[in-house]
Amino acid sequence: MNDLPLLSAETMASFAARGFLRFDAAVPEDLNRQFLEEMGDIGPPRPGQKMRRTYGEMLARAGVPQTPAGVPLTQAYPEGSALKRLLDLPLVAGAIRSLVGEDPVFDHHFLHVTFPPAYHEASGGENVSQHYHQDSTIDPRRAFDIQIMYYPHAVTREMGGTRFLPGSHLRKVSEAAIARYQNIRGQQHMVCEGGTLLFLHSGIWHGGGVNVSDRTRTMFKVRINPSRSQVRQFDVSTLKAQETQRPIFYLKGALPPSVEQILMTPEPWHENDTSRLELLNRVRLWRYLTGDPNYDADYWATRIENLADA
Amino acid sequence: MLRQKVLALYLANSALDSAVVGWSLFDGTGETRRMAGDEDLPPYPTGLHALRDGWRLIQASPLLPHARGEEFDLAYLKYEFLFEQIVETGE
Repeated sequence: MNDLPLLSAETMASFAARGFLRFDAAVPEDLNRQFLEEMGDIGPPRPGQKMRRTYGEMLARAGVPQTPAGVPLTQAYPEGSALKRLLDLPLVAGAIRSLVGEDPVFDHHFLHVTFPPAYHEASGGENVSQHYHQDSTIDPRRAFDIQIMYYPHAVTREMGGTRFLPGSHLRKVSEAAIARYQNIRGQQHMVCEGGTLLFLHSGIWHGGGVNVSDRTRTMFKVRINPSRSQVRQFDVSTLKAQETQRPIFYLKGALPPSVEQILMTPEPWHENDTSRLELLNRVRLWRYLTGDPNYDADYWATRIENLADA
Repeated sequence: MLRQKVLALYLANSALDSAVVGWSLFDGTGETRRMAGDEDLPPYPTGLHALRDGWRLIQASPLLPHARGEEFDLAYLKYEFLFEQIVETGE
């Protein structure tokens, strides 16, 4: 396990700040083909057939095991299967190790297929995007799970790739309570080459896009829990100690690239006042990931932790 | 026949002339069907621009004190402003 390519401190800081990592075309084409073959073909639209039945038939046919929640991730998929091979890719195994630590646990997985308009017309239903939501339920932990989104074929904008909001992962909301929000500045849509992977912090707000193309869109998601420590699991040899706090507000020019620069970069949707709380919460997440209870960036935590009672 | 359009703007602070960071439109006339993810640029730069375009403000988020111990907890978008337009559909 020690030979895995672990995430660098700057990549880890980007995940802490924005809640996602994207690896374009990271999965070899032969593996993408194997996965799609294992999932099987999806039949043409059938007039009068409800989408729920179409989906149910597809899930029953697909070569995805019905794995119990809570098993070790290493036991979730049979040897030689596309999903086992995917999780064993060094890049994937190294990222999983960096983010959730040793002995990760399988939570659940799902085969997401978004159907083109002809299927909805045949079923008499409406072809709409999925509302924004945060998966699972209210999660008050500092610890987090990850979700890997795997795009086995190229996704165009018309196919309605996953929509997600960078930096939303530290907001504690209740699943679809955020469905009222249709659009938020800075949201991203997954338009990508085949074999692209999106690693998400379990708190990221997201939803499936509407497919207005003429072919189905397939995405596979697996949720993974930590079972041991998430502290200092990334490549800590790349972590540079911060000798002093950076100057703040009064600056005569741009500051050099650093973990602090990454952690302190706001998102376009940040509100004026709560943006500062977002930065503070990123500092707290970085303390957790690095095991350094005194870490700070741009003085946000230091200032309010000064009780002047020494 | 009168129908209602509802516009939700999420602003950068509690002032109506602050920037739009999120938005939703629900069209009771049936002329358009807006949905999540259908637009990446906001319809107005600020809430004030929506007023100038004829939208009537019907609700704004209250400003609430921060409960002790929960000062740094973040959840939903904080500055929600709901607007309406009443439209004659001619049906």
